[in-house]
Amino acid sequence: MPFLSMCHISKRFGATVALDDVKLEVESGEVHALVGENGSGKSTLMRILAGALAPDEGTMELGGQPYLPRSPMDARRSGVAMIHQELTICGHLSVAENVLLGMEDSVAGVLSRRQMRHKAGSALSRLGYGDIDLDMPAGKFPIAVRQVIEIARAVAVGSRLVVLDEPTSSLTEADALRLFEVVETLRDERHAVIYISHFLDEINRLADRLTVLRDGRNVGTAGRGGATTEEIVSMMVGRRIESMYPRSTREQGEVVLEVAGLAGKVKPAEATLRLHRGEVVGIAGLNGSGRTELLRTIFGLDAVRKGQIKVGVASGAAPPHERWQEGVGMLSEDRKDEGLAIGMSIADNMTLTALERLGKGGFIGPAAQDRAAAEWIGRLAIRCQGPKQKVGALSGGNQQKVAVARLLWHGVDVLLLDEPTRGIDVGSKELIYRLIDQAALEHKAVLVVSSYLPELMGVCDRIAVMHKGILGEARSVEGLTPEEIIREAVGA
Amino acid sequence: MTPKSKLRFLPRGGASNLLFLVLAWLIIFGLFSLKAPSFHTARNVEQLLRESAIVSMSAIGMTFVIVAGGIDLSVGSIAAFSCTLVAWSLQAKHSPAVAMVFGVLGGAAWGLANGLVITKMKVTPFIVTLGSLLLIRGAALGLANENSIYPPATWLNSILEPPTGANAKLILPIGVWLVLLLAAVAAFILGYTKFGRHVIAVGSNENAARLCGVPVDRIGLLVYTISGLFAGLAGMLLFTRLTIGDPTSADGQELDVIAGVVIGGASLLGGEGSVAGSLIGVLIMETLRAGGTQMALPSWAQRIATGAIIVLAVGLDRLRVRKAT
Repeated sequence: MPFLSMCHISKRFGATVALDDVKLEVESGEVHALVGENGSGKSTLMRILAGALAPDEGTMELGGQPYLPRSPMDARRSGVAMIHQELTICGHLSVAENVLLGMEDSVAGVLSRRQMRHKAGSALSRLGYGDIDLDMPAGKFPIAVRQVIEIARAVAVGSRLVVLDEPTSSLTEADALRLFEVVETLRDERHAVIYISHFLDEINRLADRLTVLRDGRNVGTAGRGGATTEEIVSMMVGRRIESMYPRSTREQGEVVLEVAGLAGKVKPAEATLRLHRGEVVGIAGLNGSGRTELLRTIFGLDAVRKGQIKVGVASGAAPPHERWQEGVGMLSEDRKDEGLAIGMSIADNMTLTALERLGKGGFIGPAAQDRAAAEWIGRLAIRCQGPKQKVGALSGGNQQKVAVARLLWHGVDVLLLDEPTRGIDVGSKELIYRLIDQAALEHKAVLVVSSYLPELMGVCDRIAVMHKGILGEARSVEGLTPEEIIREAVGA
Repeated sequence: MTPKSKLRFLPRGGASNLLFLVLAWLIIFGLFSLKAPSFHTARNVEQLLRESAIVSMSAIGMTFVIVAGGIDLSVGSIAAFSCTLVAWSLQAKHSPAVAMVFGVLGGAAWGLANGLVITKMKVTPFIVTLGSLLLIRGAALGLANENSIYPPATWLNSILEPPTGANAKLILPIGVWLVLLLAAVAAFILGYTKFGRHVIAVGSNENAARLCGVPVDRIGLLVYTISGLFAGLAGMLLFTRLTIGDPTSADGQELDVIAGVVIGGASLLGGEGSVAGSLIGVLIMETLRAGGTQMALPSWAQRIATGAIIVLAVGLDRLRVRKAT
């Protein structure tokens, strides 16, 4: 009998079906990989397992007992430990105190330091990290060690199921190898391990079995060596490009944006790209591969460490306000915190980049501003009460239209779009695809980052793949298959 | 992989911070002694400690709040309230001991009220304690009918006086010893108990603390109660120095308290700070004030110097920490 079984799990958010009759079974002493593209339902499933979400339907059993956690704390008490990408370490507390946080040994409230040090030390040495200074503040250690401290926390509290969510995404090669040994130790100690990763080579090396999710459904389970990398990739992709992407005949013009050997502080590590007028270039890659950082570095939001950026005739790094003047606009992936000022009106948000056009001597003509906004509200069919309405009151799709309208009203020549259709409805998506096509038709250049492959294949002329900070060559979508892109993105 | 300091003989972490602070204080004290020869006399040092005692008392409680990632702007008003309450109790013919207990518990009750609003109603501590700063000051004024209360003299008045007679062996006033004793207890609690570690955990990473089962709200409630309790003790000391219940006293004292704690190495982002550091921070502020007065610096120059020192001290400390990591 499996140690964990999740059966017939379904979860809906409004009209979206996130999980549909999903099944996952994990044995003790097994590393079970959970694979799927972004948005396939992996995180929803894990949030249900961790007690952060309740399933609409389905049952769960843990160690033969019915399991229905009401909160993350409840799940921890039942022995389910989640190690997220964002670690939960108190940097100011010592290593030992972090390992035993919330379950410190004490006599009448006074800590038994020796006992704590002993417990934490034994948990860490079981994981092969016995040489760590237990009294050092945890914040002084590099991320790889902090991750092990968190795994030790799970071991010390006696968790029997450990979920590792993309554990190697921010590790170096050498640290990742050491983490694999930790994972193998967990398996040898008869823990059940769920291992989520996009890197198929890791999965081939570590996993005893794997479950693939796609669009919220199970598409397959395989034992070790039961599926080739090719087969896993095709299970992950599995769909044809839909025909919602308009594509007019585009005419490639001169180069407007040229990036050569560009490197940021951490990411990108190496990016070379030429963007022409009248074309749409897509950047594919995994989350954390450095796609967003590439756009931010070009736009002057992140520092340039090395390499060249050339926009039209201007060359060199420049801050965002100069980029706007040069005719470059960026759409942030983080609409709420960065893309829009949620508390300001539609008109203010739309015209923020060039308020000087709306009046003389630093004054803003409210009538001119409303006129400008009203025009774009009409053209993009933004559903709202008027230019004065606060952006925060709009739906996600309409908010995104406001953010895009900012670039269009400004009249930029180069559009840097980061996840332009994230979290918006189908209607708004179609409109944004149409706007991208139209921008290309008007001899503008568009650079799109997206985690949704069919979309990239649909709107782009060329696609370049980012893998661990390194941007591959941009190739024409004609003759490019989704499988090739995924393989390049996961480094297989 | 394990970071190991090459200079292992140097004190690590908190201890090096303390050493740095003591050195800073010695330099300031030394400079004033050179300029004003009477500055380093025993009498003067004792005077300095006495002046520091009241602010130090509040700073002990404030350290808990700031380490937990909060702020308490109401401690000055609580001290004034407690001072007034002690006088009021004496006038109502309660014994000095009872009056003292009233004053201290009154302060703790205000702290508890702050904590309840902050943790139950989820209002940010800055706003809550800004409100209670005004509210408690109003309560103090109301209690005293907008006047000062002049109670009969009791032994309470001698707590911050230089010891005489049988107590002469103590060298320092009883009130100063009380501050040092409670500081030691507080430092022990922060450093060596489960509660203390949980306070640091909440200030360092509240989400991590909650996930690990730390009772985050209860910790919040307790730190503000502790802050109120110590502000109440400060108010009691304030009374013994003023010997009257003055509801307008300790105006703006919360800023001295916060400045002392922050100079002492606490981070307003939470997770960092120590009781000993806070005490030395307060001492540095008091030394500057006393030295300025001794040298007959005009009040405006003293204020400029104090303000600059606060920013400089914290700025230097951040630089030092960044270099070390």
